[in-house]
Amino acid sequence: MSKRIDVSDLHVYYGDFLAVEDVNITLDAKSVTAFIGPSGCGKSTFLRTLNRMHEVIPGARVEGKVLLDGDNLYSDGVDPVTVRSQIGMVFQRPNPFPTMSIRDNVLAGVKLNSRRISKSDADALVESSLSSANLWNEVKDRLDKPGSGLSGGQQQRLCIARAIAVSPDVILMDEPCSALDPISTLAIEDLINELKDQYTVVIVTHNMQQAARVSDKTAFFNIAGTGKPGKLIEFAETATIFNNPGEKSTEDYVSGRFG
Amino acid sequence: MATLMTERKRSALTQNRLPKYTPYVVAGAAIVVAAALMALVGFNVFAWALLSAILFAAGNVTSSAVVEGRRKAIDKLATSLVVGSFLVALLPLVSVIWTVLVNGIPGLLTPGFLGSSMNGVTGVQDNASVTNNTPVMGGVYHALVGSVLITLWATLISVPVGLLTSIYLVEYSAGNKFSKVITFLVDVMTGIPSIVAGLFATALFALIMGPGTKTGFVAAVALSVLMIPVVVRSSEEMLKIVPNELREASYALGVRKWRTILKIVIPTAISGIASGVTLAIARVIGETAPLLVTAGFASSINTNVFAGWMASLPTFIYTQIMTPTSPSNPDPSAQRAWAAALLLILLVMALNFGARLVARIFAPKTGR
Repeated sequence: MSKRIDVSDLHVYYGDFLAVEDVNITLDAKSVTAFIGPSGCGKSTFLRTLNRMHEVIPGARVEGKVLLDGDNLYSDGVDPVTVRSQIGMVFQRPNPFPTMSIRDNVLAGVKLNSRRISKSDADALVESSLSSANLWNEVKDRLDKPGSGLSGGQQQRLCIARAIAVSPDVILMDEPCSALDPISTLAIEDLINELKDQYTVVIVTHNMQQAARVSDKTAFFNIAGTGKPGKLIEFAETATIFNNPGEKSTEDYVSGRFG
Repeated sequence: MATLMTERKRSALTQNRLPKYTPYVVAGAAIVVAAALMALVGFNVFAWALLSAILFAAGNVTSSAVVEGRRKAIDKLATSLVVGSFLVALLPLVSVIWTVLVNGIPGLLTPGFLGSSMNGVTGVQDNASVTNNTPVMGGVYHALVGSVLITLWATLISVPVGLLTSIYLVEYSAGNKFSKVITFLVDVMTGIPSIVAGLFATALFALIMGPGTKTGFVAAVALSVLMIPVVVRSSEEMLKIVPNELREASYALGVRKWRTILKIVIPTAISGIASGVTLAIARVIGETAPLLVTAGFASSINTNVFAGWMASLPTFIYTQIMTPTSPSNPDPSAQRAWAAALLLILLVMALNFGARLVARIFAPKTGR
């Protein structure tokens, strides 16, 4: 399952502070979209508005529309919990639940929502999710050991398996490789390539080579100065952004002439 | 020019350094000089030790100042002060434990002390045990049962109230005015004199049940007034250190807030919460004043906290010392009081060890 996201006239505020201004963007189903831009330009903030995770921060609010296959996430009566079960998220630092085993971490989304699941179904779900996250072979003999005993890269893939296990339509990744070494990063990037066959993937990254390697389309965000809102400067095919950008500031940023 | 440099016999790097044995020499001299001084004014072990320590510190610092210079001398002075303060702080603790052990062990080892109550034990039996030199009758069973039951009920009241309060403060309040007021009041409650908590419970039950209501439950309410702020504070700190990332990870899986708290936040913090609760129990189990005005005294076993007066270890100690069972022969009562005191200290120690054990058992596992 995979759905497209259409964002129109989106403004994000923290209290009175306008953090991201006027974003219009369409994220295609079964594709990888990368968000790049300097720190503080609002790309993570914008990503979190796509599954209403920004609401966790007190005072954060949104104006505008985010359509998931035509359904507005922000219309009255939409439960953020429903939204988040359809749009999963992977965070910057791997964060497996420390009190749970590897197996329970994968099943967390199911079990915490107290959905009943038979043991054979659970076993199948654990295997398929861990296999999709390219982790099954490494952990199949120690599923009952704590998830926090894995290496950083393995923990991050465990978190991806955990996100896949609730079968979302979209997976958001907020700098998923920034805490990992190059080998683990490569494993995650391979995984992202496989995931786009089934899911809509959105990834925030500081690593421009990574954006070039994994994404179909790239969005460049920038900020005019401290205290100013972040803006979507340019959104196009990844090849276009890196080889033939339409905006001067995009070219400056991707070619390293920024600032 | 590759000649080998031989090591010099007296290194230029160790000039102006006192030899290693200096402190021992100074200590020996200090002890001898102190003994000589004490011989002039009359010998006293405590004063001797104190004088030796002062002389040792002074000698050490002076010799260092003369040979090694100002920096080393100040270092030694500071070391002397730190070690001295540590010993002063340790002295009362060791003294208390030693006194209670010496006085309490005979009573605690008397047959039947742990298994019998004071029911039927009067001055006649105590006088008989002194004149015939037989073991002291009577025991602490009723008080032990009372202490355990009262503390248990106090815990049953305080833990839900305290834990839910801290959950509100950390997870739901988002630092609003109301939560600041609660935090302030909790801090004030931490400082209430325990007798006030006892009077509060007495007055409360006088309104509900009529004046003069003294039961174990009233005492439990009084103790929970003292316990709740401790539980709130410790649980609050434990919930605060649960990383926000775990909450976000749970929300991102589409888990509701209350289930996130119940299944992720509390299990992650449970080891700290449980040891905090155990320490809070240890803090109130020795309370005397609130029990005196709420549970009364009893000499027989009462296992019903909702009816009748109830004994407890602290009040048992208090009554045995203040009003000995046999006014003409207070020794048996004193023996029982010391034994009860030792039992109480052992209970508190066991609770503290229990807290560590609980923290270790519940701690998140990190094995591979």
